[in-house]
Amino acid sequence: MVPLSYYLILGAILFAISVLGIFLNRKNVIILLMAIELNLLAVNLNFIAFSYFLQDIAGQVFVFFILTVAAAESAIGLAILVALFRNLRTIHVDDLDALKG
Amino acid sequence: MNFPSIVFFVLATVLVLSALRVITARNPVHAALFLVLAFASAAGLWLLLHAEFLAITLILVYVGAVMVLFLFVIMMLDINVDRLREGFWNILPIALPVAVLLLGIMGATLMGPYFGLEMRPPPPEVAEGYSNTRAIGMVLYTEYLYPFELAAVILLVAIIAAIALTLRARKNTRSIDPAVQVAATREGRVRLVSMPSEKKGVSAPAPEPEPPQQAPQQPK
Repeated sequence: MVPLSYYLILGAILFAISVLGIFLNRKNVIILLMAIELNLLAVNLNFIAFSYFLQDIAGQVFVFFILTVAAAESAIGLAILVALFRNLRTIHVDDLDALKG
Repeated sequence: MNFPSIVFFVLATVLVLSALRVITARNPVHAALFLVLAFASAAGLWLLLHAEFLAITLILVYVGAVMVLFLFVIMMLDINVDRLREGFWNILPIALPVAVLLLGIMGATLMGPYFGLEMRPPPPEVAEGYSNTRAIGMVLYTEYLYPFELAAVILLVAIIAAIALTLRARKNTRSIDPAVQVAATREGRVRLVSMPSEKKGVSAPAPEPEPPQQAPQQPK
């Protein structure tokens, strides 16, 4: 049987990879969104591992809600991306300086 | 080393390698496809954890819908990959220590003697006829009904927001402006003309031609 800590370590590795991806792909919004998906996947893995080992179904219900919110988030994010590309003809983060931030 | 351990290590290796390829792939299409592979292996891991409903949901919702949406957007946009990739590895001296530090902190906490996570006994095998989907459904529609409704509202908001963001009115559309329709009055449309009534069989004298009235205003 695979112990609980293996799953948690795997989730931690996945989380670190996604943070690394957010750093590396800081100019590409699409890969940034994918890195956020990986991030949520790592969190979900932890939730499900705890849900199984603690015999508590609440963790799985929470993962269900995370999946819902993540789907909504990526749909809106991609819609913003499409609207952005229509107006600016680019998705390069350096070109998104209309707010002078 | 029993069979579940072998499955776990194979799936974990595939998951980590595909996640690494997601963040380093040059072509965004390849990144999306590697993310599909990562989701598939994560679904396998969830099956190993007896979360069958969520594993199927992950495949259906993520691989089936969200990743197709990603691929659709990637292929619709004209991306200059070279410009997006310039200076890609420049930030690695900062990013790698941050990621390693993050992993080190979490790993030290999880693997250390603090929680005794390795000693936690595995849960008993589920009884025959146990349905994970049924168990989730039992609490989802009773105990978590209010969050469930909120999730439905969030999805509705996402639908409307995505449509509102990307909807573009066509230039040659023939729909009428509702405001003009509502503002139309009787005077603008109907013109009463007073003229003598016709007599059957008798050719009536031609009525005096009325001065032409102003044409009613047409909505633009």
